[in-house]
Amino acid sequence: MAELHLKSWRFRAEREADWRRLEILLAKAEKAGAAKLGRDEILEIPILYRQALSSLSVARSISLDQSLVVYLESLSARAYFFVYGARTRLPERLARFFQNDWPAAAQALWRETLISLVISAVSAVVAYVLVRRDGDWFYSFVDPGLASGRDPMATTQALRETLYDKPHSAAEGLSALASFLFTNNAQVALFAFSLGFMFCLPTAALMVLNGVMLGAFLALFAARGLSFEATGWLMIHGATELFAIVLAGAAGFSIGWAVAFPGERTRMDAAAWAGRRAATLMAGVLVMLFGAALLEGYGRQLIQNDLARYAVATATLVGWLAYLYWPRRVAP
Amino acid sequence: MSRPGLAEPVGRTLVTPEGIDLRLRVGSYAERFAAMLLDFLFLTGGLIAMSVVALILVFVTKASGGQEALTVIWLLGGFIIRNGYFLVFEIQPRAATPGKRIMGLRVIAADGGRLTTDAVFARNALREVEVFLPLTFWLARGEGVDAALIGLGAIWSGVFVIFPLFNRDRRRLGDLVAGTLVVKAPKVLLQPDLADTERTASQGLAFAPAQLDAYGIKELHVLEAVIRGGDRKAIAEVAARIRAKIGWAGPTDIADRTFLNAYYAGLRGRLESRMLFGRRRADKFDVG
Repeated sequence: MAELHLKSWRFRAEREADWRRLEILLAKAEKAGAAKLGRDEILEIPILYRQALSSLSVARSISLDQSLVVYLESLSARAYFFVYGARTRLPERLARFFQNDWPAAAQALWRETLISLVISAVSAVVAYVLVRRDGDWFYSFVDPGLASGRDPMATTQALRETLYDKPHSAAEGLSALASFLFTNNAQVALFAFSLGFMFCLPTAALMVLNGVMLGAFLALFAARGLSFEATGWLMIHGATELFAIVLAGAAGFSIGWAVAFPGERTRMDAAAWAGRRAATLMAGVLVMLFGAALLEGYGRQLIQNDLARYAVATATLVGWLAYLYWPRRVAP
Repeated sequence: MSRPGLAEPVGRTLVTPEGIDLRLRVGSYAERFAAMLLDFLFLTGGLIAMSVVALILVFVTKASGGQEALTVIWLLGGFIIRNGYFLVFEIQPRAATPGKRIMGLRVIAADGGRLTTDAVFARNALREVEVFLPLTFWLARGEGVDAALIGLGAIWSGVFVIFPLFNRDRRRLGDLVAGTLVVKAPKVLLQPDLADTERTASQGLAFAPAQLDAYGIKELHVLEAVIRGGDRKAIAEVAARIRAKIGWAGPTDIADRTFLNAYYAGLRGRLESRMLFGRRRADKFDVG
C-alpha cells in the first residue's frame, strides 16, 4: 500500500514518533523545570530539537498539509526557547545580584548618581534658603497632605512633638504606616526611573521636587531651633531612603542619556541596553526603600534618642557606601 | 502596505542559529490587552481572597486592627503581588503570566537571544508608568484636584496605552526599554493527516488530472480548514461547489465528507508532486 501514500505522508509517518517524544520532554521541562529532567533526557532534547527544525524545513518545501507545518513551527519555537532560553534559577540569580550585579550597576552609574545628588542637594539648599527668608514659600514646596500639620502655622511645641511620636499600643498603626510609606516612596523611585527615557527631564523634575521638599522641611524646623533634632528624625531612615531615590534618579538619567545620545548604536538598542542596566540598579533601590520603610515605621518610633538616631543614620550610610562602592573583583 | 489592525497578527522573522526562520507572530494588541485584563482579574481576585481570609482571622480571634490589616494587604501586598506576579511568571521557562498563557502568548528577547531576569524586571517596572499612572489619573478624579490638569495628565499618559499601535512589533514602552517582544506561542496539537488514505477511506474515488487541476495551494488550505472545521453546512456547500466546478460524473450517493476527503488527498498529491518538480501553484488563477 505504501506506494499509494503521498511522499509527505510517509515523511510524517517516519518522524512523528520523534516529534511526540520532543513534545513530551518539553511539557515536562516547562512544567517542572530543567532540573527535573534526567541526564539522558537533557541530552536528548537538543538532538530532537534539531530534528524538528530539519523536519520543519523539509515540511515547508514538500508538504502542503498546513496543520503539519503549523504544528512543527509551534514545536520548534517551543524547543528553541527551551534550548536557547535562560535557565538561571531564582536563588542563584538572587545571590549573583547581591554579590555582583547590584554594586556593579551602581558603580557603572556613578556619574549619573553624582548628577542626581547635585540636583537634589542644590534644590534642597535653594528651598531651605527661600523658606528661611519667607515662611510662605513652604506652602509652594510641600504638599499639605504629606506635611500633616507640620507647617509654619504650627507651634514650636507641636513641631517638637511630631519628632518624638511615642509608639501607641504595640504595633498599632506602625505596620500600616510602613507599608504606606514604602509604596509611596517606591512609586516616586519607579517614576524617576521609568520617566527617564524622556530625555531625563521628568527625572530631573522629580529630583528637584524631592530636594525642595527636604529643604523646606528642614528650614521649617531650623526656624524654631530644632534643626539638630529634625535632622536626626529625618536621617535615621533618610540616609537610606534619600540615597535610594538619588540612585533611582541616576537610573532614570542613564536611560534618558542613552536615548538622547545613543552613540554608535541605534536609539532603540541604546535605550534597551541602558534600560537593562538601570533596571538592575532599580531592583536594588527597591530593596533599599524596603529597608528605609522599616527604619521609618519601626526604628524611628522605637529609638527616641537623638544621638542614637544619628548613629543609626551614619551606620546605614557608611554601610551602603561601602557595600556599593567598595572595589571588588569582577565576577565572570 | 496598510497598517495592521488591532487584532491582526504581524509576522516576525526569527532565524535560529541553525538557520531556520521560525516565522513567529507578534501578539496583537487585542490579545495582549485581553491577557492583561485576565492578569488583573487574577491579581484582584487574589487580593480579595487575602482580605477575606484576613478579616475572618481578625473576626475569629477577636483582635483589633481589621482595617489596618486591609491597608497592609492592599498597599504593600498589592505592590508586591503586582510586581512579583509578572516577574516570577515571566522568568520561568514558559515566560508568560497565566493571562498570557491563556491567550497563547510569551515574552522573548527581541534579538532572539536569552531572556534575562533583568530584561523581565525592566519591562515590568515600566508597567507602573504605562498602566498604573493612567489608572491613578482616572481614579484621582473628583478629589478636588484641578480637572484640567487631570485631563492633561490622562491624555499624556494615554499615549503609553496606545503606544504599541505605533510600531510594527506591537512593543510597549517596557518592551523597548527591556529589549523584549511578546509573540504568539500557542501549543498546537498534531492533527491526523487528512491524506491518510487508510484511515479516511476514499472508497476508490478517483479523479482525472484535469479535475485535480481546478485548484491551487490556497484553495487546498481552505479545503483543509473546512474539513477540519467539521461544520456540516460548510462541508455540504463546498462539496456541492467542487462537484459543479470539476463536473463530477462519478457516484452521487457518497457522503460529502468522504468526497471532500478523497478530493483533498487527490489534490494534495497532485500539487505536492508538481511542487517536487519545482512548480508551486499558488491558487486557481495561477496557470503558468
